[in-house]
Parts: sequence; structure tokens; C-alpha cells
Amino acid sequence: MSAPTSTLKAPEAGGTPPVQPPAKAVLRPDRKKRRIGYNVVGLIAFVMMAFPVYWLLISAFRPNHEIRSYDQSLLPTSITFDNFVRASETRFFWTAIQSSLIICVTSVLGAIVLGTIAAYAIGRFNFIGRKPFMMVLILVQVLPPTAMLIPIYVQLNAMGALNEYWGVIVVYLVSVLPFSIWMIRGFVVNVPKELEESAMVDGCSRMGAFWRVIFPLLAPGLAAASIFALITAWNEYLFAYVLMQDNDKYTLNVWLMNFTTDRGTDYGGLMAGSVIIAVPVVIFFMIVQKKMAAGLTSGAVKG
Amino acid sequence: MTAADTKAAEPPVADSPPPGGTGGPGKDKGRARRPGGSTSGGLLPYFLIGPAIVAIAAVFAWPLVKTVIMSFQDMGRRELWTGATPPWVGFENFSAILADSHFWSVTFKTVLFMVVCVTLTMGLGLLLAMMMQRMSTWVRLLLTGALVAAWSMPLLVATSIFRWLADSDYGVINSTLSKIPGLDFQGHNWFLNPWQGFGVIAAVVVWGAIPFVVVTLYAALTQVPQELEEAAQLDGAGRWGVFKHVIFPVIKPVFQMVATLSVIWDFNVFGQVFLMRGNKPEPEYELLGIYSFQKAFSSSSFSQGTAIALITVLLLSGVAVYYLRQLLKTGEVE
Repeated sequence: MSAPTSTLKAPEAGGTPPVQPPAKAVLRPDRKKRRIGYNVVGLIAFVMMAFPVYWLLISAFRPNHEIRSYDQSLLPTSITFDNFVRASETRFFWTAIQSSLIICVTSVLGAIVLGTIAAYAIGRFNFIGRKPFMMVLILVQVLPPTAMLIPIYVQLNAMGALNEYWGVIVVYLVSVLPFSIWMIRGFVVNVPKELEESAMVDGCSRMGAFWRVIFPLLAPGLAAASIFALITAWNEYLFAYVLMQDNDKYTLNVWLMNFTTDRGTDYGGLMAGSVIIAVPVVIFFMIVQKKMAAGLTSGAVKG
Repeated sequence: MTAADTKAAEPPVADSPPPGGTGGPGKDKGRARRPGGSTSGGLLPYFLIGPAIVAIAAVFAWPLVKTVIMSFQDMGRRELWTGATPPWVGFENFSAILADSHFWSVTFKTVLFMVVCVTLTMGLGLLLAMMMQRMSTWVRLLLTGALVAAWSMPLLVATSIFRWLADSDYGVINSTLSKIPGLDFQGHNWFLNPWQGFGVIAAVVVWGAIPFVVVTLYAALTQVPQELEEAAQLDGAGRWGVFKHVIFPVIKPVFQMVATLSVIWDFNVFGQVFLMRGNKPEPEYELLGIYSFQKAFSSSSFSQGTAIALITVLLLSGVAVYYLRQLLKTGEVE
């Protein structure tokens, strides 16, 4: 059956192939076959990379009785918001959101203010000590966080500042400061010096020139740097976990650990909570993704 | 998700050579060195970087000094709560740690884990980046979308997902493996055997690190001149020859940079292990970071914890200096 149809269809659908092939077909078949091979590998890689994220979403929306089954369907079955409701009803969920917001927003704002003025200095002036300062910025970013954790804990303890927001805020602020400076500097050097100079010729003070001319041009760069800093601060959990002690002061990341108890893990709730934490990050990440690769290799290191 | 796709479509192609970053090394250099182009500004720049220096000194430099000091003292719970000055003990902490066979097995494990993760990340990343050049556009877009999605997952979330995937009772890995005839993985606990457990942990680490590597290397690969590749092929170079003599030299600076960063990151792996083991990692799951943390916060011997941290910093300092030199070479620090 199949043979006649193909012969019948050939002149119709593929009318050209019999005529053209000799010219192109010499090179193509081989290349095409190879491309199919690459595509297959690409699709396998796609599945490997996407599956965990897919499974996160599937499990978050899956009713608990289906999650506790030995043979789960790989495809979406029934959709429920139970897990999200349960997660939002967990104790300390709302205080955790509040803590996360207070800590992240304050530390990022502080880092951007300090970062902008420092970036302006190293981007505009050629002073002695500029290069060592920049090297320090790079080196502090490769210090293992655990090496900082113990002394900071001991220090804050001695100052009676454990379990206070400001301790964590200061730590976060300074952790994101080096790469913020580095990133903003990139934007500062791209603002033509002449703009600033002409503003100063027209009677602006240096401060005025900065506020009226440079700052507006830096705004997109500052937005990008803030988002990076925000993502980093939002994702941090170790310092928050160690430096905070009251349940109602823990951040969202520490709150997420509540789903794991000695009796086992509530995976439905854990996945729903994970989605809640990941959504803002994913949104912000999409905005700055383009700059991410460039930012990381150009010394803005943050793992 | 649509935003993801549209974004995902452009980045690798649109990105200028990665080491250029936002400023572009060439531009920077020109600006900094142009005679009279940069003002010294008197004391002003020092006032401007002052606050940042104070902040960095307080949170990075002082703790580092304190780490050194504490590792020569004996600070335990009593000193922590009373605020008494801990007694000096000289090299006692170090000799205790270095004499401990557990320390050596932890160090060995950390290095082995780092080597395996870096090799996998860089190998798979490079392979994938090169294949991405030859895929159909729609496959490349799909893959880029997945890479960006994976990349944006917070470490904590990624670890939770993998813990769930590898769960002994309801994990999808076990139920899928059990479907293969002759295999029964139902109820298999991946963490009983540290080798398997570290396998799962390495999977999270590599899965989380690959997107950055692929996107960066892909951007670097677009800088390889097509004509050179073709010329080499015409001259009879095989695929390996083309890669070795044409492609790799072009991407080498970026490759080295990414590899160095991976070494640093994977050496410092902490969260993935810590969270995977439910905040209470067993001794066999200790890497240097965890080991130091446990000594300080579980055994309350803060000084031994800092001594281990100091050893870690010293082990890493060589890599850090190498990384700095690479940055200096590319003209990034100008």
C-alpha cells in the first residue's frame, strides 16, 4: 500500500526533488544527517536540564496523595493548589517573607549607594591605590564563606548583635558590594567624560554634574546591578541561618527547611515553597540574563 | 516563559566577547592610559572609596585577621558566652587537625569532588557549547531556554528538587530505574553509600554550573573566525586538529577563566551537601567547608573550625592568585 502512494505523491508534493537533487544532494545528505545527530544530543541535553525544573512545577501542583505514590505519572495529572495553601499556612511564612524583604532591600540599597560612589571613583579618577583596590575587590569574592562565618558569628555574639536584622544586613550588603562596584564601574567608564566636563563648564559643580548628567545615564546599569545583588541576597541562606535565632526572624530560605522534619519531608509543601521562592528570582533573572555571563567573567564573581 | 524564550534567543549570539564585560577591556585601557585623560582628582577619590573600604574591611578583612588569631587560640563555648579572652595555644589546633586522619580524608574528598565536578562541568559544557553551533535553531532555542531556567534556580531550590528526585520512597529516579527490567530500585536509599550520595550531590553541582559555562563558551565560540576553520579544513586538518589549532586558541582565555572560577566554586561547595543531608551532614559527607562548620557550631570548638577554614583559604590562595593574574592579563584591572 505504501509504495503506490509514495510514487503517486512524489511528483505532487516533492515535485522538485527529482530535478534539483543532483546539484545540492552531493553535499547535503551527509550534513543533514550530522545535524540530526546534533539535534538529538541537543534534545537530550534539553530534557536533562529542563526535567528538574519541570518536576518542581509538576510536584508543586500535584495533590499529596499522588505524591505519596510509588508510581507517579511523568505527565501532569490533576492540578491542585493545596500545597501552596499548606505552605502559606505554615507557621512563620509571612514573617519570613517580611524578614527576607527587609534584609534584601535594605542591603541592596546600601550596596548600590556605596557601590556607585566607589565605582565612580575608580571609573573616573586615576589615583594611587586604585589598582590594588580593584584587586582586593576580586580577591575577597573568592574567599570561602565559611571562613568568614565563624569570626563574624563570634564578633556579632560579642557585640550582642546576633538575632538582629542589622547584622545580617551588613553582611549581605558587603557581600554584594564588590561585584556591584565592579559592574557599575563598567557603566561609569562608558559614559563619555565630555558630557560631565561640558556640564561643569556650563556651571555645574562636580556633584551637580554627577547628579544631573552621570546619574541618569547610569540608571539602567544601576538597575541591573541592583537586580544581581537582589538575586544574590535573596538566595543566601547560610548566614541568615547561623546569625538569626528566632523563628520569626528567619528568612524565606531558612523557612523552607521547616518542611524537612525528623519524621520525614513534606515534598509537596517543599516544592510549593520552592516555587514561591524561585518565582521572583526567575523573573528578575530573565531581565538581566544577558548581562549575567559578561558580568561573571569580567570579575563580578559570585557563586 | 515567553520572556525567557525571547531572552534566551539572543544572549549567546548578541553577547560581545565575554571577558569584555560591560566596559570592554580595550576601551578601558584606552581611557585610563590616554595622557591627561584621567584626572587624579586629589583626595576626592579616596573619600569616595572610603565607605566601601571601611565596609569591606569590617566584613572581609577583619574576620580574616580574626580567623588567623582564633586559630592560634582555644575558643570554646565558655569563652563565647563569657567573653573571656581565649587562651593562646600556639600551633596546637593545627597539630591536632593535621594529626587527625579524618581531616586528611575530608581534604582528599574535597579535592576529588572538586576535580570530578570541574571536569564534568567543563567537559560537558564545552561539548554542548560546540554542538549548539551546529544544531537547528529551534533546538538551540529550546536548549537555551532550559539552560536559563536551570541557571536561575536558587541553590536551595535546586538542591531541594534533586533531593526529591532521589528520594528513596517516592523519588522519580527510583521509580523510573525500577521500570527497567532486572532492576529494582524501589526504596533504594542513595545516601547510604557516600559514593552514590556524592554522585547525587555532584549532579546538582554540575547541573547548576553548566548553564553559565555553556552560555559563556558559546559566546566565545562565536568569536572563532569561520574562514580560519574552513582554511584549516582545506589544508587537511581533521576535526581534532581544527579544534586544537584553531578553535581552542581563540576560546582559551575564556575557558581558563571559567575553569578557574569553577575550581574555586566547587572547592567551596557547602550548601548542596548541607541541605541535601537535611542540615545534619554525617561525617562521611563532610567536605572542608562542612567540616569547619561542624567543628565550630556542632562541637563548639570555634578555634579548630577557624584553623580548618584557614587551611582552606591557604589551599585556595594559589588558585585565587592565578585567577587574579588571568584578569590582569586580559586588561580587566585597568
